[in-house]
Amino acid sequence: MAGLTIERVTKHFGDHAAVDAMSLAIEPGEFVALLGPSGCGKTTMLRMLAGFEAVSQGEIHLGDTLLASATQHTPPEARNMAMVFQSYALWPHMSVADNVGYPLKLRQIRGADYQRRVAQALDLVALGPYAARTPQDLSGGQRQRVALARCLVTDPAVVLLDEPLANLDRHLRASMEHGFADFHRRTGATMVYVTHDQHEAMALADRIAVMRAGRLVQWATPETLYRRPRTPWVASFIGQGSQLMLGAGAPGQHVASTTLMQGLHAPEHQRTHTVLVRPEHVYIHANAPTSQDLTARVERQTFRGERFEVHLRLPDGVALMAYHPEALHEGQQVGLTLTEGWGLEADT
Amino acid sequence: MTPSLSHGSQHRWLLSALTLAIVLLSLAPSLRLLIEALSDLAQGAEAPLWRVLQSTATWRALSHSLYTSTLGMLIALALGSLFAFIITLTDVRGKAALVFCFMLPMMIPPQVTALAWLQLFGPASPLLKSLGLAPPLGSPQPLYSAEGIALLLGIQSAPLVFLGLRTSLLSLPRELVEAARISGARQSQVWRHVILPVTRSGLVAGGAMAFISSLGNFGIPAMLGIPAGYYVLPTLIYQRMASFGTHVLAEMASLSLLIGVLALAGVALQQRWMGRSRYGLVGHSGRAHDFALGRYRGLATALLVALLSIILVAPLAALATSSLVPAMGVPLSAESATLGAYAEVIGRQGATWRAMRNSLWLAGGAALVLMLCCLPLAYRLQRLPPRLQSVTLSAIELPYALPGVVLAVACILLFVRPLPLIEVTLYGTLGLIFIAYLARFLVVCLKPVAASLAQLDPSLEEAAQLAGAGPWRRLITIALPLVAPALFAGGLLVFLLAVNELTVSALLWSAGNETLGVLIFNLDEGGESVLAAAVSMLVVGLVAALMLSLSLLAPRLPKGVVPWQD
Repeated sequence: MAGLTIERVTKHFGDHAAVDAMSLAIEPGEFVALLGPSGCGKTTMLRMLAGFEAVSQGEIHLGDTLLASATQHTPPEARNMAMVFQSYALWPHMSVADNVGYPLKLRQIRGADYQRRVAQALDLVALGPYAARTPQDLSGGQRQRVALARCLVTDPAVVLLDEPLANLDRHLRASMEHGFADFHRRTGATMVYVTHDQHEAMALADRIAVMRAGRLVQWATPETLYRRPRTPWVASFIGQGSQLMLGAGAPGQHVASTTLMQGLHAPEHQRTHTVLVRPEHVYIHANAPTSQDLTARVERQTFRGERFEVHLRLPDGVALMAYHPEALHEGQQVGLTLTEGWGLEADT
Repeated sequence: MTPSLSHGSQHRWLLSALTLAIVLLSLAPSLRLLIEALSDLAQGAEAPLWRVLQSTATWRALSHSLYTSTLGMLIALALGSLFAFIITLTDVRGKAALVFCFMLPMMIPPQVTALAWLQLFGPASPLLKSLGLAPPLGSPQPLYSAEGIALLLGIQSAPLVFLGLRTSLLSLPRELVEAARISGARQSQVWRHVILPVTRSGLVAGGAMAFISSLGNFGIPAMLGIPAGYYVLPTLIYQRMASFGTHVLAEMASLSLLIGVLALAGVALQQRWMGRSRYGLVGHSGRAHDFALGRYRGLATALLVALLSIILVAPLAALATSSLVPAMGVPLSAESATLGAYAEVIGRQGATWRAMRNSLWLAGGAALVLMLCCLPLAYRLQRLPPRLQSVTLSAIELPYALPGVVLAVACILLFVRPLPLIEVTLYGTLGLIFIAYLARFLVVCLKPVAASLAQLDPSLEEAAQLAGAGPWRRLITIALPLVAPALFAGGLLVFLLAVNELTVSALLWSAGNETLGVLIFNLDEGGESVLAAAVSMLVVGLVAALMLSLSLLAPRLPKGVVPWQD
């Protein structure tokens, strides 16, 4: 097991920089997600880690070993990594056991040792009885698990996962998420997971690298990303909430309730600070609207089971989102208390 | 019934009637042949089928056919797979040009290929003479042999293997290769463990196609085999027909049945193999896998260029040389070079103009008629239930899948007597060749149109229907403009194949009704090799020009319509 260091890695396709000066230091055994909308360069970054794409600039190190730089390129087969593909990439002409055992064969592992390790890997994903089947006979979730078993059979230094749940339905996804987390705990492998789904990333990763247009926007734990997003773009990409222009609130700092309420009433030209207010920090007084400092009109609401999602409009036209346990009327005037906010930097 | 409904059913009825008529016309020659071959079986040992089966000439020709076709298939497999693997999988240079040049031999008519190679070897070769390399007079022409025939059959059908394998390779998902690489496999191991097993079906299909096409080839064994007295089944039929005319029709029908069954068995075998080893492949495909050749890149490019020089450039150079000398055996030099042969064939030989005119009329007419039929036919076919659709397609494909000689014999049988009611005899006229061309090339025109039509989103037509367009209007204003490039490409492909056609017309031509293919064959048989070379050069130029115009159309066509473009 070794850590993975990405230093100012850039990838050009023609004039277009798909990945632009990306730097990450991934700890040994860490589960990392590369998260971003499609076209943000996350898959290109993963393919550079695997060695399928050359690096235009910068360096990738695995432990102390240089894997890739502008002048050096270790081919994929020599990197001791493993990868789960979106399409699973199981070889159709081999049985399940042969698929899993192929990396062992290439490492000249034969006989009893080979049999034992294949059986072990298949048992780990609960597919022992399916060893003799062909991949075509398996369901989507089972194929996914075969691909996973193939990844772990050789104890690779790094496991790369390219949107591995994208082809599965919603219920299977939830159970596979547990599977991955479980798997990571048992094997302790360093894992890099590419996804455009923030829920997947938040549920699985120790740390998340949020990417946009080839650049790293924020590199933090899921909780930090949610509570303390760096820019307005990250704040809107992860979780829900409203961004208000206030007369107070420094970037990268909590904004207390009183400051928030005062800042909202500052004159127009002084409102230069962007502050994120998550819906759980907006408290609705449905019954006594006039006694409060801040009032709003209910525009519409959506029933989410455990609560209502309420879209509000402040008197100056700013939209605000809140949760409320009971149904309100559309057009109803309510009173609000904002309990806390988070100051954002400007987008770069 | 509302007016719009009755209008719709009339449209449906007309299209169905057209489809039925086309299917019957496609099947008629084969059925007539079957009836002729199997009739009189009651005569016992005197029945034509038994007589043919007891003749030693039949079995000798059959074994010659199998030997040359098998050897040709092996050569095609070696050449085709080498080119397909290197061009599709690696980062070799100049891919587009290499593919175009490799496909050219398939499009050049076989008799021209044979003529070109004959000019390359032997003591009279103007090219070897010009280079001072000619063997002494009296040495044998090495190509007048079974192996010579097989070599040329292999070169001619290698593009079929190339295409089959290339399609397979291009549909191989990139992830399957990448998964092997990251599992620790080197490039050569990936090739052996993943690529070769997964694309085996393409290789088998290509091999089978090469075998079937070699089995039905007439031009090459006719030019190389007949002078050496080496007969294969198609040339045996030709020789018998040429010597005895329509008296031996019943026997020829039996012989044709024999090749037809062999060819169809090949087709069936190929389909079964393809079905067995076809996997549902998932993942991103359609992109060549760029295996880095590293320092071998130049070497690989050089190897392919060298092979192309041998199989394409050298024979064409020999052909060009022959067309520029005053007579066979004279070396080409600044003094001896003459355009006399061209002047002769274009200026003085009435036959050249006549053959040119006949071929252009036949090919142009066939292309035009087929283009007119194909859109309504494809449109109706698309709306048939899948099972019926595949049966109908098989019927339409039959005249193309059968060797040309078989179709020619079948057409003679069908039209040798005057047509009932109108009392017109088509036998011995251009009309018979025209009908044979229509039957043979229908599927060539239909395939691109059907592919293009299948790509259209049905909602395009549904939207027009809601806007109030009737079925004919939809066909003309929505479907036609959208599939027009494919329709045009189909017509161009038909023209390309028909203008050089020899196999069918060799049996169906008569004095005054020569085609270009027959002309070259006759000139060479009559010892006029220089004139034959000049006509052949003109034909090669025509083929290359037509192929280039198809290439220009390629960006507007569905994938796979122009075989040598991605």
